[in-house]
Amino acid sequence: MTASIALKPSPDVAYVLRIADTCLIHAQRLAEWCGHAPVLEEDIALANLGLDLLGQSRALLTHAARLEGSGFDEDQLAFLRDERDYVNLTLVELPLRRGGADFADTQWRCLVVASWLLPLWQGLQASRDSELAAIAAKAAKETRYHFEHAADWVVRLGDGSEESMRRMRAAIERAAPYIAELFDDDEVDAAAAQSQLGPRSSALRDAWLARLQRVLADARLALPAQGAFRSHGKRGLHSEHMGLLLAEMQVLQRAFPGGVW
Amino acid sequence: MTTQQVQGDRGLDEWPLWEVFIRAKAGLDHKHCGSLHAPDAKAAVQLARDVYTRRQEGTSIWVVRSEQIVASDPADKAMLFDPMADKVYRHPSFYELPASVDHI
Repeated sequence: MTASIALKPSPDVAYVLRIADTCLIHAQRLAEWCGHAPVLEEDIALANLGLDLLGQSRALLTHAARLEGSGFDEDQLAFLRDERDYVNLTLVELPLRRGGADFADTQWRCLVVASWLLPLWQGLQASRDSELAAIAAKAAKETRYHFEHAADWVVRLGDGSEESMRRMRAAIERAAPYIAELFDDDEVDAAAAQSQLGPRSSALRDAWLARLQRVLADARLALPAQGAFRSHGKRGLHSEHMGLLLAEMQVLQRAFPGGVW
Repeated sequence: MTTQQVQGDRGLDEWPLWEVFIRAKAGLDHKHCGSLHAPDAKAAVQLARDVYTRRQEGTSIWVVRSEQIVASDPADKAMLFDPMADKVYRHPSFYELPASVDHI
């Protein structure tokens, strides 16, 4: 087995890694649908979304590795860190096919994340870091489609049958405790906003909510009230699901270091 | 007989079939490339994008409900098409063309 790598991320690196890891872990969860989606066409669609996110993550990890300066590459960052060194949003590591979650959770999460990534990509296109701005410009096109695809599903399920509406509401309830983390600021956000690397988390909320409210109105759904619980995945403190996810995601690179296609 | 069978060919839980046509690039025609199941027209275009254009195959998508296509009957093949087999004069291949007219 290959030993883990340890990073000493500067605020810039931490900021980029949070986005990269969120895309990476979201992609990993979507990939779990491969071969299991309700219909063949959606199976391919979900794999496509996952691969888009994986591509975004690769570009961001490569860039983070360069900023970090220890000579690591995207594969080492993706597969050889310990759990505490992943800084994704907790929401994207929660199971999509187990633990009571289902297809409604999947589409709701895709919608929530796409609505969050769109203003983020937009803000990053004005970054002082031209590489980051270029990655964001490319990713924005992909995420626009992700939003459309998920929004159509949420409306179809929310404004569908009694059963589909019940499941959609349950999915929204399950995700609700993890939404606050999307918009909580800390010192990494403050440094990024100050140095014009990218927008702070709290600055994404209005655009996120406006997008989501339009879909929710069509779907005859509503956001639940915000509770007091806070998750802290982007500070490296993860849910109990993260260890299992990483074990599956990392096993190949740990067993066959440097293995490539 | 179950409720689904009463519905005929299309069960309650089965999406209708759509034929997919893809245009490879501007100026070319849309070519039939396959079919898929989708709940409505908008979803059919999205799913066609995901199923049939993943490798840059297209710049435009048409979808049409398969049941909207009216086809000739394969049993009529002899009646419809065989009479054309011996009408070689319908091909404009007996004209001498000036050299300047290349692409006919």
